[in-house]
Amino acid sequence: MLMNVSNLNCLRADKLILSDVALSVVAGDCVILRGPNGAGKTTLLRYLAGLAGDYTPENTAFSGHLDGIKSTLTVRENLSFWAGIYGFGNIDPILEQLSLTPLQSRAAGDLSAGQKRRLGLARMLLTDADVWLMDEPTVSLDAATSDVIIDAIKTHCAAGGAAIISTHIDMDIPNARILNITDFAAKQSDHSDPFLMGDF
Amino acid sequence: MKPLILRDLKLAFRSGGGFALTLAFFLIVVMFVPFGVGANLDLLARIAPGILWIGALLSCLLSLDRIFQLDWEDGTLEALATSPIPLSGIAIAKATAHWITTGLPITLAAIPLGYLLNLPQQSYLWLFASLALGTPALSFIGAFGAAITVGIKRGGLLLSLLVLPLYIPTLMLGAQVASTGTQNPIQLLALVASISLLCIATIPFACAIALRANLR
Repeated sequence: MLMNVSNLNCLRADKLILSDVALSVVAGDCVILRGPNGAGKTTLLRYLAGLAGDYTPENTAFSGHLDGIKSTLTVRENLSFWAGIYGFGNIDPILEQLSLTPLQSRAAGDLSAGQKRRLGLARMLLTDADVWLMDEPTVSLDAATSDVIIDAIKTHCAAGGAAIISTHIDMDIPNARILNITDFAAKQSDHSDPFLMGDF
Repeated sequence: MKPLILRDLKLAFRSGGGFALTLAFFLIVVMFVPFGVGANLDLLARIAPGILWIGALLSCLLSLDRIFQLDWEDGTLEALATSPIPLSGIAIAKATAHWITTGLPITLAAIPLGYLLNLPQQSYLWLFASLALGTPALSFIGAFGAAITVGIKRGGLLLSLLVLPLYIPTLMLGAQVASTGTQNPIQLLALVASISLLCIATIPFACAIALRANLR
């Protein structure tokens, strides 16, 4: 089992929004998080990545809304930096896989939104993490590039990895498991104001 | 940590990286003093170590908010926090890169600028030593302030208010080392070095706690 979470309570701005989240992920799993805006998809992913809360993840990689790229560095320099951080060797195959090779000497600041996103996601391929946590990976990507990302996710899962993805589009991933996070939505009574209750 | 230091150095020397700004500010502050004070060579010689230290401190302060803020804004810090490098390691790398791009050039520039301020001959070595051993403390204390204020948009004022009081011991001891008439510069220099070592040993852990809280 790559990840096993139970009784996880997620807070956003000190407000309990998800309670008793239980989730277990085995090799090859792809979990799609569904829920309306504000339901807590991003919050849950941040908890699972260990950025919030007490849960300490093992061997996960996280990609958020922001790509974490430096506009004054070239595409290659950006990716080489992350390769250095993760101890990854040759980045040429990764550039090739995401069709970034023709752009490699261009400053990342000159890329289009979709190209930036691609470069941001290239970081995930450099990690040797088992579980990919991805927050809306296909935002601002066209259909062709979305397919490149989805293919990368499929390859990762087929190779014994797993992915937990929040998305609004229909990703064509076989055996993907849909997790509707509104099932875990905290009841509003769970969050009573201690001042009004006289309980502080 | 090495890739992070190298990347920060690369960013600092690229356009808009802030390296030139720090050094230019230091030159301006120090060069304007003789104009303001007048051509009184004795007076200049007496205030030179203090002016050079204050210049170093203010130039350092100018670039502190860049330590974590830019990485915070573009999501790099979040990605680094989920990488195999611990947050304390990230803080060490960031503070080290900050020192290489501010403290080190300031220390080197202080020598020719000392001439401009009529720094007495015997003080050059002490000034160089006090800046070389004292500026790491400025970078590490600054990194702590930057880590605390990282989530705040335009938190420069708060950062200065947090950091400046913590800079005072380093400033007092550092400037005193190079002052003429100081009887025991070696002991003072040892104190300056001890502040730097203490900061290097403890502050990365405090930075990690502050960053973790701000990433939440």
